[in-house]
Amino acid sequence: MEKMSFEMESRACNEQFARVVVAVFLSRLDPTVEELDDVKTAVSEAVTNCVIHGYEEGEGIIRVEVSLEGRTATVRVIDHGVGIADVKKAMEPMYTSCPEKERSGMGFSFMEAFMDELKVESEPGKGTVVTMTKIIGGTEQ
Amino acid sequence: MKGSIRYDKENTTLYVRLPEDIDHYISEDIKAGTDAYLEKSCIRCIVFDFSRTVFMDSSGVGALMGRYKRMKEKGGCVMICGVGDRIRRILRIAAIDTLLPEIEKKESKS
Repeated sequence: MEKMSFEMESRACNEQFARVVVAVFLSRLDPTVEELDDVKTAVSEAVTNCVIHGYEEGEGIIRVEVSLEGRTATVRVIDHGVGIADVKKAMEPMYTSCPEKERSGMGFSFMEAFMDELKVESEPGKGTVVTMTKIIGGTEQ
Repeated sequence: MKGSIRYDKENTTLYVRLPEDIDHYISEDIKAGTDAYLEKSCIRCIVFDFSRTVFMDSSGVGALMGRYKRMKEKGGCVMICGVGDRIRRILRIAAIDTLLPEIEKKESKS
């Protein structure tokens, strides 16, 4: 098992930073361009959720942990923000808690579409942990 | 590091050349920049040019859908051009590929 983690401030400009760092770490598994793009999209969605919803565009720290075991990549995105009262509802396609901001409501749907597994644990007032896994190279071998 | 967005207005068509990465950060600029044109001049059609774009997440989808709704309300349209494989996949998964007609990329004036 190989592990990597980092913490960063909750800022929109860090969304790109986070997905690029994760992609560089994953590149040692020799992923296809599509696999790498899939993970980058999922990471971007999870981090954007922390920035917009978890910390409501205010201050906070986002932690990203990546572990590789065989060909399985696990990415955890952790915030200590407001949390989600109803995770099931938040994960419904097209649901958005802030329609006035023109959010697509597809964040969790994209994470599900681009990763193999998605788990969301949250507690109001405590924060949210999103755990996503993807098997790299699974389709070729 | 923010990619640049270029706006070209030709008659009543607004061409928006999108940056390499479209995420939440840059989507706010795309919304504000495009809407500023919609308010100050008569735009009947927006063409989003993806020819430089290699990454888009659901924030970009939100920005596209917002502009689509706005243009539809006033009887205008939103079209796309220069769409590569990655962006095509994103549009298909978001199920908005059928809403946005694709046109040939216009010859760029140097």
